[in-house]
Amino acid sequence: MRAAWLAVLILAAAALPARAQEAAHPESIQIGLSTDRVAITADFSGADLTIFGALENADPLINRQGRYDVYVVLEGPARPVVVRRKDRVLGMWINTRSETFVNVPMSYSVATTRQPQDITDPNNYRQLSLGANNIYMEPEDKRDSPLTIQEFTEALRERKQATGLYSDNIGGVQFLSQSLFRATLHLAPNVPVGTHKARAFLFRNGIFIKETSAQLAIVKSGFEQTIFRFATDHGFGYGLFAIGLAMLTGWLGRIVFRKD
Amino acid sequence: MGIYLPIAEMSVNVFVLLAMGAAVGFLSGMFGVGGGFLITPLLIFYNIPPAIAVATGANQVIASSFSGALAHLKRGTLDFKLGTVLLIGGIAGSAAGAFVFALLRAIGQLDLFISLLYVVFLGTVGGLMLVESVNALRLTKGGVPPALKKSGQHNWIHRLPFKMRFRTSKLFVSVIPVLGIGAGIGFLSAIMGVGGGFIMVPALIYLLKVPTNVVVGTSLFQIVVVSAFTTLVHSTTNQTVDIILALVLMIGGVAGAQYGAKAGQKLRGEQLRALLALLVLAVALRLGFDLFVKPQNLYSLTGVSGLL
Repeated sequence: MRAAWLAVLILAAAALPARAQEAAHPESIQIGLSTDRVAITADFSGADLTIFGALENADPLINRQGRYDVYVVLEGPARPVVVRRKDRVLGMWINTRSETFVNVPMSYSVATTRQPQDITDPNNYRQLSLGANNIYMEPEDKRDSPLTIQEFTEALRERKQATGLYSDNIGGVQFLSQSLFRATLHLAPNVPVGTHKARAFLFRNGIFIKETSAQLAIVKSGFEQTIFRFATDHGFGYGLFAIGLAMLTGWLGRIVFRKD
Repeated sequence: MGIYLPIAEMSVNVFVLLAMGAAVGFLSGMFGVGGGFLITPLLIFYNIPPAIAVATGANQVIASSFSGALAHLKRGTLDFKLGTVLLIGGIAGSAAGAFVFALLRAIGQLDLFISLLYVVFLGTVGGLMLVESVNALRLTKGGVPPALKKSGQHNWIHRLPFKMRFRTSKLFVSVIPVLGIGAGIGFLSAIMGVGGGFIMVPALIYLLKVPTNVVVGTSLFQIVVVSAFTTLVHSTTNQTVDIILALVLMIGGVAGAQYGAKAGQKLRGEQLRALLALLVLAVALRLGFDLFVKPQNLYSLTGVSGLL
């Protein structure tokens, strides 16, 4: 009984300074986007997006030792995706098996201060579902064998990384001063339009402290958006317009290069 | 310089597209074909989603064919009556094609089907043309004048019922094969994004015995209308016509066609046909190669609608 008491006391004593320190330094993190919408114009061929942020109440000692880490994610809108696998049938490579995933982030760009494995351990990433390898891809048909689902999940990630939609920028977060940092994220040329969510995670000595988020709308610029809208909302009129344009081009071509 | 395609939702190099349009325009001017059978595979090789390549290809075909059809209209080498009957079949075929297109896209076999159709049709037409033109070249080399087509020779097609008279073509033939040819080409137009001239011209000459001077104009007339209809169907049901992509290709194509036409005048008919046959076979082989060789990526992603 006495021994148990003592153990509790020691535990409490051990916990006290830690808690006191936390109370004195409730570090937090803020991010700000220079713009809340990025317009994709006719000459868009991918871009770097810069996010500025600041640490609040950072411990100068820890800061000097460089033990604060920031992990920034820009996550694109989620849409259903079908992953298909080609197999050899009669000598030809044909799509055979497929797996549909219901909510897949169309893009996922990461910027970090250091190599992710140096920031914190894999368990923490899993708990926070942070990183392209930790986002849960929900299969539409959950009765498929786990092996198949795993195979297609991996293929999905691999394809997304290969097309630049899932990207990592290690060292992409840089501290400009004690408390100010800048994160650079890559936007692929085929970045999906829609509402993207930027999130920043603060780690101290590998321990997750705080998370903050901001929203970013990626839209087609006026002209591209008008065409897209016209094509989706008024398909028939758009078709007629496309035909008219083609005929006009053909006719003009004949006038410009008249031979007969 | 990059250009963003609003429907394909991707950024591509505008000079590559212009060069592609110009190269195909050059060839189409040289050989007198629409060039749809070249533009669609080229776009697919350039990673444009096949669904968009096909629909935009059909849109691009209108420009080159319209320009050609106007020239033939002026010269009076266009049989409107024959063209209209072909059209009735063509529109039915195109509507059926667009339906099959949407169905195949939903089950993920569209790319395969497009490739297979290209390999089969380009392989057959290219092979036949090559044999025919090489024979003609050998004959002229040997001093024998190329045999003229025997007119008045009839085949089983001319024994079918529902005959109709086509004055401009000096033809009295059943409407069944005319509608059938039209429908077949309309179907291919919707699925392959081609005008179908490379099938239509031989079919009219060899099956229906239409006089050669009327064939090209009539075929172009039919192609303009069927491609227009295909464009309309795709833009309404699949929303896959990319007008920016089409416009860049058309500009390149119209310019290229002029130089091609000049180059074409310097070559003899058999030589032209042999070259075109080689080109057609090369495209067929390239597409066939992709079907049989293990792809770099076994996995592919599509949205549920079929587009990424």
